[in-house]
Amino acid sequence: MAKNTLSSRFRKLDIDEFDENKFVEDHDETVDNQGPDGAEIGNLIRRGDMMTAFHIALRNPPVNTKNPAIKERALAIVLRVLTSFKSSDIEPAVKSLDRSGVDLLMEYIYRGFEKPSDNSSAILLQWHEKAFAVGGLGSIVRVLTARKTV
Amino acid sequence: MSYHSFLLEPISCHSWNKDRTQIALCPNNHDVHIYKKDGTKWTKIHELKEHNGQVTGIDWAPESNRIVTCGTDRNAYVWSLKGEVWKPTLVILRINRAARCVSWSPKENKFAVGSGSRLISICYFEQENDWWVCKHIKKPIRSTVLSLDWHPNNVLLAAGSCDFKCRVFSAYIKEVEEKPGPTVWGSKMPFGEVLFESGPSGVGNRLAWTSHDSTVAIAEGGKTSTISSLSSETLPLLCVSFITENSLVAAGHDCYPVLFVYDGTKGSVTFGGKLDVPKQTSQRGISARERFQNLDRRATSSETTEQGLESLHKNSISQISVLEGGKSKCSTFCTTGMDGGMVTWDVKSLESALKDLKIV
Repeated sequence: MAKNTLSSRFRKLDIDEFDENKFVEDHDETVDNQGPDGAEIGNLIRRGDMMTAFHIALRNPPVNTKNPAIKERALAIVLRVLTSFKSSDIEPAVKSLDRSGVDLLMEYIYRGFEKPSDNSSAILLQWHEKAFAVGGLGSIVRVLTARKTV
Repeated sequence: MSYHSFLLEPISCHSWNKDRTQIALCPNNHDVHIYKKDGTKWTKIHELKEHNGQVTGIDWAPESNRIVTCGTDRNAYVWSLKGEVWKPTLVILRINRAARCVSWSPKENKFAVGSGSRLISICYFEQENDWWVCKHIKKPIRSTVLSLDWHPNNVLLAAGSCDFKCRVFSAYIKEVEEKPGPTVWGSKMPFGEVLFESGPSGVGNRLAWTSHDSTVAIAEGGKTSTISSLSSETLPLLCVSFITENSLVAAGHDCYPVLFVYDGTKGSVTFGGKLDVPKQTSQRGISARERFQNLDRRATSSETTEQGLESLHKNSISQISVLEGGKSKCSTFCTTGMDGGMVTWDVKSLESALKDLKIV
């Protein structure tokens, strides 16, 4: 059959880039948080101090950065902490968080759901249940609609 | 609290006349129906057919008895009652996308229309040409304008839009002069998510809005404008209105209105309570057979049979309007929703029915 001899370079164009009405988000130049410190968390987990590891892991979330590597690193650290928790300790940990902390925890839980590993889903579901009891549907809505997420 | 079901279709928008005996609503089609109250029944007395697209906003001016409607056909009509018939006058809005919301100014000499073409049209009547003329507010709006509300001074206009911002504009028209732009009130109030409904308080120095990420926020104007917001645990709220200087009622996808209390001195918004009186279901014991049946069907053996919603509205509430008392001392308000029903809520009886509810 006849080969297509016309140029097909147009198929590689992103037409949305040329839309003059395209919505460009205002870029807020805030300080990029680097995410929690992996070595410190590792130490705390080895010592068995889960509460402190939990709180440190949720500090400095890399919300504003565009660098996916930083986000991946932060996510891996937080998931490590979450999966090392015992089931009975989950509820007091969630109770110790404030409203924005619960929202942040929910964001990490859903990010953890995206890439399930061997046993992570079961423990993440338990975290989800406890966080939902405190945060309600609103916290899940905020995960879905957030513009800047971890 | 009386629930009246008009139709099966969702009520897109509604507006009351001055003495609250007639309501104009759009049953999710191209028309506007006007219903008149006869005791406890509602009868349809008028059908206003002029729009070619769904009617997205209706506002009934109490003093001059004119109705303005706007729709997805990019038009707005001003209806005046001539004898027994409502006669429409077309208003050219010069927009190329659907109109989304409309609101008469407090003095009723102009009205504002928010649209999907990223601008607000302020329309006023020009006497010498006998014609409605409109002016546009374009900058700095970057997306659809979803909600509008006027300040009592007839000049300031609050607009919420899909570009995550709620802004206050000056819609000053001295016949031909217009100065659109942010005012000392505070130019931008950036926040979490897409905005839904904003409503200034009675005196006009407070602005409240709800947004798609389940938050409610109140901004107080003045030299140092402060914003206080509350992340709620419920599904997103779709509409909000002040009922006193410090309390506001909001409703949304959770199908019941909710009270929020604002503390000006502390600058905090707190959840006041759920404003719905649920039906008292009889608490009978559950037999073992039913327990196993529940386990089979619903995976829980809980006692409450939550077959349906316990609230009065059976679907999301899309609009709240104050019926009596104005925004500073409201005594009745009305909600309409996607279930085609309308409920009038009486503040006094709500206060007595729900014991720990306090409306400050």
